[in-house]
Amino acid sequence: MSTDPKTLYQEVILDHNKKPRNYGVLEHASHQAEGLNPLCGDHIHLALELRDGTVAAIAFHGESCAICKASASMMTVAVKGKRRDEAQTLIHEFVDMATGRADAGGGQAVGPHIGRLAVFSGIRELPMRVKCAILPWHTLQAALNAVATTSTEAGNDPLHMPLGDA
Amino acid sequence: MNTAAAFDVERLRADFPILQRSVAGKPLVYLDNAASSQMPQAVIDRLVRYQTCEHANIHRAVHTLSETATADYEAARRTLQRFINAREEREVIFTSGTTDSINLVMQGWGRKFIAAGDEIILTVLEHHSNIVPWQMLAAEKGATLRVVPINDAGELLLRDYEALFNTRTRLVCVGHVSNALGSINPVQEMIALAHAHGVPVLVDGAQAAPHLAVDVQELDCDFYAFSGHKMCGPTGIGVLYGRAELLEQMQPFKGGGDMIHTVTFEKTTYNSIPHKFEAGTPPIAAAIGLAAAVDYLGAIGMPAIAAHEYKLLCYATEQLRDLPGVRLIGSAAHKAAVLSFAVDGVHPHDVGTLLNQEGVAVRTGHHCAQPLMKRLGVAATSRASFAFYNTPAEVDALVAGIRSVQKVFA
Repeated sequence: MSTDPKTLYQEVILDHNKKPRNYGVLEHASHQAEGLNPLCGDHIHLALELRDGTVAAIAFHGESCAICKASASMMTVAVKGKRRDEAQTLIHEFVDMATGRADAGGGQAVGPHIGRLAVFSGIRELPMRVKCAILPWHTLQAALNAVATTSTEAGNDPLHMPLGDA
Repeated sequence: MNTAAAFDVERLRADFPILQRSVAGKPLVYLDNAASSQMPQAVIDRLVRYQTCEHANIHRAVHTLSETATADYEAARRTLQRFINAREEREVIFTSGTTDSINLVMQGWGRKFIAAGDEIILTVLEHHSNIVPWQMLAAEKGATLRVVPINDAGELLLRDYEALFNTRTRLVCVGHVSNALGSINPVQEMIALAHAHGVPVLVDGAQAAPHLAVDVQELDCDFYAFSGHKMCGPTGIGVLYGRAELLEQMQPFKGGGDMIHTVTFEKTTYNSIPHKFEAGTPPIAAAIGLAAAVDYLGAIGMPAIAAHEYKLLCYATEQLRDLPGVRLIGSAAHKAAVLSFAVDGVHPHDVGTLLNQEGVAVRTGHHCAQPLMKRLGVAATSRASFAFYNTPAEVDALVAGIRSVQKVFA
């Protein structure tokens, strides 16, 4: 089964691309990271303020395609106000959905917390674009782990790093 | 006989089975020829015939198959020699592609003749494959890379080029045609200038050999590198042309079978050129396939190919120039049929994904030319690159595709 890529470029994604939420620089960031996709030159900078284990503020900026920018925008909306472990769960659910791993068991299509992020489920049909959608989430993981830079082409996939206390 | 009869693009298209297929339910419009071109049935048939009836290792045994394969492989070398008008067949070395050819010059010539403090001249238009090997060599030897700049049109600045020469200049490396912008560089003039300073020149011909008649004697280049898969041949095969005198001086890069005269544990003597540089079993089938591709191109005629592609370039340039919200990147006076462009407000990757939905295949990204992208002030572009089997109707499909991308992002 294949998904028409045009259905991926639906209203909500085009809207977040045009008017990204939480776009800009964060004044008092406690955690930040740079996400790079060397294959296409995309880069985003993500900063967040963790207060009492909760994402109190979050912002991103950079240059990227619509898929990446919308994913980053919707991610900041989704994790703002969430506890660190909740953000962590969402990262895994999003990556599993985008890579098609969520389908592997043949059971539940997406994780229980995905919500509106399900608009990205069609990305798995476009292997070359999966990295665009995932980059912000990799960057969030890196920021939470106090890793300064992450890359879609890095060997040390931050998703497989344990969550530290940084 | 009119020109339409002399160059019948529809008849030529029928030679390419892949052009009959569809993508995303639309007829394939293949405009990514600078990355890799498609293969005509004649070349496919030649590969099948070789594998079906002729395959054996070469330069080894006395049996019939080995003798046939050896004869065909060496005949392929002569076909390539004629294609670029090299003086001698031993000046044609089969490699795995342009990258391999350039690395062979770096390893065989560069490591022997480049020393600390020496300088190598490159241009800002180069593909990574004509930058990184020289960077590796410079780091190893303590040499320096000097870079020829461009103007905003994407043309090399020859006065700046001339000013880069000094007593430490040892080598010039320049692309014949820019893969990202299509600029045709004045390599003949650049070679003459380098030779006036006693400096040899390597030309990266990956984007020129499929589109222009290349004559290495007329160019008077010292090395010329190109790939089979960009000129209707298979992947995994390419050519390094080198002047015999320079090839003789070079040290072999890979050691192994076929590149030796005699081997004892005390001492090995090397085979003569070109075999000195072809260690191990070469891609025999691919070399024979490339020769079939060269025969195919030769039957059409490189001047006819260049003329048709020039018409496509002019038509596509007019069409894209008139499209609101589209900016052409690279407007050199001498260009191959390559169009790099930006669609306002739309990232090239989104352009690529949505054009694919219309059956249109273009390349998006930095085109393995990150220093050039930086000079142009863009992270990436979309690139439509044409071959002789493309048509004006496919230019129209590209334009319609770009309009539909703009509609999605409106």
